Amino acid sequence: MRLPLLSAVATMPVNETVQEIEIVEGHAVNPWVALAYLIAGVCFILALRGLSHPTTSRQGNRYGMVGMGIAVVTTLVTHEIASLPEIGAAIALGGIIGFVIARRIAMTAMPQLVAAFHSLVGLAAVLVGLAAWLNPGAFEILDATGQIMVASRIEMGLGIAIGAITFSGSIIAFLKLNGNMSGSPILLPGRHLLNLAVLVAILGLVATYALSGAGGPGEGLLIVWITLLAFVIGFLLIIPIGGADMPVVVSMLNSYSGWAAAAMGFTLHNTAMIITGALVGSSGAILSYIMCKAMNRSFVSVIAGGFGADATGSAGEGGIGEPRPWKRGSAEDAAFLMKEAENVIIIPGYGMAVAQAQHALREMTDMLKDHGVSVKFAIHPVAGRMPGHMNVLLAEANVPYDDVFELEDINSEFAQADVAFIIGANDVVNPAARTDKSSPIYGMPVFDVEKAKTIFFIKRSMGGQGYAGVDNEVFYMDQTMMLLADAKKMVEEIVKTLD
Amino acid sequence: MDFISILSIFVLACFVGYYVVWSVTPALHTPLMAVTNAISSVIIVGALVASAAAGVPGAKYLGLAAVVLASINIFGGFAVTARMLAMYKKREKK
Repeated sequence: MRLPLLSAVATMPVNETVQEIEIVEGHAVNPWVALAYLIAGVCFILALRGLSHPTTSRQGNRYGMVGMGIAVVTTLVTHEIASLPEIGAAIALGGIIGFVIARRIAMTAMPQLVAAFHSLVGLAAVLVGLAAWLNPGAFEILDATGQIMVASRIEMGLGIAIGAITFSGSIIAFLKLNGNMSGSPILLPGRHLLNLAVLVAILGLVATYALSGAGGPGEGLLIVWITLLAFVIGFLLIIPIGGADMPVVVSMLNSYSGWAAAAMGFTLHNTAMIITGALVGSSGAILSYIMCKAMNRSFVSVIAGGFGADATGSAGEGGIGEPRPWKRGSAEDAAFLMKEAENVIIIPGYGMAVAQAQHALREMTDMLKDHGVSVKFAIHPVAGRMPGHMNVLLAEANVPYDDVFELEDINSEFAQADVAFIIGANDVVNPAARTDKSSPIYGMPVFDVEKAKTIFFIKRSMGGQGYAGVDNEVFYMDQTMMLLADAKKMVEEIVKTLD
Repeated sequence: MDFISILSIFVLACFVGYYVVWSVTPALHTPLMAVTNAISSVIIVGALVASAAAGVPGAKYLGLAAVVLASINIFGGFAVTARMLAMYKKREKK
């Protein structure tokens, strides 16, 4: 039996093996090449750094492109290439597809697009991992005996597994966000145990493969099993998660795609890939954290899934109670009161985007500003279907970004506001999150709209009660007027009346 | 490079990522996701290595397929980010 001779994980390789590594990897330690990849990595850091403010963001994006250019060119010039035309054709094909999609996609569909893009990164990681397994010589991960190094086997195995989970998980997220699949959670019996078993099996297989004697190129079909099981677990992990939690899932998959790239970077000993993987991995993890916090949900409970499964039940209960009195307002009321107001705060939710009311809304704001009214937009972190989605939708409708405020920056201003104008949002203005411990949204940070002098609440009908399926006290308050209509039509009517 | 040097780069880059991402304004979180998506396609480096090497056709075709996928992401990701960022405008002073 041939033993795996060396492992970079092993603490102290003997001198002979160290020399072997240097011979095998002689080409990868060329300082200029390493420097080029490092510069690419730094460009990627600058790309994210630019996003700290809209004015520097475009420059940041250009840094990202430069970094990618450096990484690709460096790879091409430092490897003997047996198939340049094919590679050129592959880049051109992918580039055209990507470019066309990026041009045509509607901003409302951005969450689906990002999920789809994540799935591609995941699948690419799987393919690269399998290619490294079939042709380890090209990746310089063979030891002196012609076996794939043990450390590389672990990195490959994990990289493939994370990539496959990213792929199948993102496909499910895409289908749910795109409406091809119901947003309601699919709960298999014993799913936690099943998921745990599959995860343990994957790790066990990676360990078995790493320690097995069959580590030559294309040897050890365990890698194929790892790939298949990881595809299955990605699928199983995402199907029980409901539509309301998709912002967290998209962020989490963003993180996974980064870790997959990092794992491949370890296999290739490539700094650009490792730095990028770490950046993307942290980025997705932080966004998931922000989303969880904005919903007052723990990450574990989101991952466990099932949220929203009993929503219909509790909404039904709300309906059984006595109908409570509420006031109905009209477009004329809204137009008149807002024109006379000093401060108006608009709280848009995903309903606004679904109704495509953002352009009409911006028209309304412009007219109000012409009347000397101060108009601000208040955005909850979970407004929309992904982090920052609502900001993009408002930007698309030409709402200047300095009129748009985050929850913690504007919440104290409701007490001075004459009008709070709620359009397509519901749970994020529900005071039950502060007062009712039994409410499913208890503890979630919400806007203090009830402090405003007048509240206009645009809603399709008095039925349907937001994602969380809970009643909202704001509907029945003295200062609230319900504007029951399609969001876009209502805003257009207000605009007509203002004219 | 030995494993420990690579691990050091990785761990330090995680910290850099942590601080850089917290400084991203929440208004740009969607472009952040789009651009991280584009840069994580740096995995194309691995795809190019696989498709450039002669000898093992299976690995080469897997590599070429990965090049196509990563290119979709790179071009699509940067283009859609640029498109979004171009929409963010400051209030016009009247």
